[in-house]
Amino acid sequence: MLDLEFMRLAFGAGIVVGLLAPAVGFFLVQRRLSLVGDGIGHVAFAGVALGYLLNLPLVLTALVVSVAGGLSIEWIRARRQTAGDQALALIFYTGIAGGVVLVSAAGALNVNLFQFLFGSILTVTRGDLAVIAALGACALTAIALLYRPLVAVVVDEEGARVAGLPVSALNALTVALAAVTIALSMRIVGILLIAALMVLPVIAASRIAWSMRSTMLLGMGIGLGSVLAGITIAYYADLPPGGTTVLVAAAAVLISEFWSVLRS
Amino acid sequence: MPLALRLQGVSFAYGHAPPVLRDVELEVQRGEFVAIAGPNGGGKTTLVRLVVGLEEPTSGRVELLVRKVGYLPQRAQAGIDAPVTVRELVTTGRASRTRLVGPLSGADKDAVREAIERVALMPQADRRLSTLSGGQQQRAFIAKALAGEPELLVLDEPTTGVDVEAQDAIAALLQKLRTELEMTILYVSHEFGAVERFVERIVLVRGGIVFDGPPAALPGVWHDPSHVHA
Repeated sequence: MLDLEFMRLAFGAGIVVGLLAPAVGFFLVQRRLSLVGDGIGHVAFAGVALGYLLNLPLVLTALVVSVAGGLSIEWIRARRQTAGDQALALIFYTGIAGGVVLVSAAGALNVNLFQFLFGSILTVTRGDLAVIAALGACALTAIALLYRPLVAVVVDEEGARVAGLPVSALNALTVALAAVTIALSMRIVGILLIAALMVLPVIAASRIAWSMRSTMLLGMGIGLGSVLAGITIAYYADLPPGGTTVLVAAAAVLISEFWSVLRS
Repeated sequence: MPLALRLQGVSFAYGHAPPVLRDVELEVQRGEFVAIAGPNGGGKTTLVRLVVGLEEPTSGRVELLVRKVGYLPQRAQAGIDAPVTVRELVTTGRASRTRLVGPLSGADKDAVREAIERVALMPQADRRLSTLSGGQQQRAFIAKALAGEPELLVLDEPTTGVDVEAQDAIAALLQKLRTELEMTILYVSHEFGAVERFVERIVLVRGGIVFDGPPAALPGVWHDPSHVHA
């Protein structure tokens, strides 16, 4: 299997996304914003469509539009004049509707959008892998360096604000990291499934972990294992890699839940 | 004694609703241990949220004259699903005192350990918060606030839901903090319990300040819980 270059590239991209998605997802899940990943994913679809319309690199337009969409969700949520789920719904549906209109305007409704919606990891090029590895390393470094203040906001946002931490900036950073993760992961599991890879490994980890730090690290391990197992199973069973990866992550949640019940 | 905080003509309303607080005048000196009391819905929590800057007054002026504030909100709990240990919780309280980027320094780790020791939770430091009793959890949150070495400690109903023994322990802890660290403490409660014997001043809030003085001068009618809860 590893004799094939496209599989080596797939595993390379999968390793980065498998580690990054749960690391970012940890902060979303703990802030009870699990669906933000879904919302940004739909906005990323509009970014892909914009790329088709303007004939620009699709990852670049998806990245820019996702970050803008993520920051909009956070801005609306922080103003507290709109409930969080309503803010999410507004961005969610605007993103998907905008994507459909833009794709139609670009005359690209017949292009293979499927690979962005559900992933196409086997078409990752060396150039794609370089971008994914570079941006993924930057995002993981940011999380490692800012872990303490990010966790302080997650645990007690008002307490952090009173203590003088730059809470708004840290919240904006979290959604920006989520947007970067989604733009990078489009080719791996697809826009419609990436949120699952951000959330499911963290849920599985929280059932068996003993601390916050172990939850994040176990989540990253489960995310990595899900991607590697998903790609391998998909290769041998001739299944779609994105969907298989998410099903493996969902199975990890069930197993950890079962383990948690047995232990208690 | 220099002032820790001053409120001048402060009124507050949520949106277009009737004011929760009207024309509040309040000065607290550094090192004072002040109980903020009054009936539920009287505006106690709103008052301290104005003090710590979580709400902006509709009119009037709030001056906070200390730099570092520790805040324990009502029904404090770690707002996360993941397990969190006492040490991790307390460490988050240190974030404001350290540089934003990178790991904790040795001195910061010492400060976290000292905060845990002050609330007598060292044996439970690496246990998950969810495995502790209600009183122990509240002490862990007080340690989190202490880890930032605050000059002003604001506690909103810290003894809600904990047993009498734990209430006594928290009251004794606060008195110790005040005498050893010369900390200014604002203690919000609709009932004083064990704290009443330690505070030197009670501020009674019911849409505004209706009493401000030593506990001994509190009109007898306010000692009647049915009145306080009315």
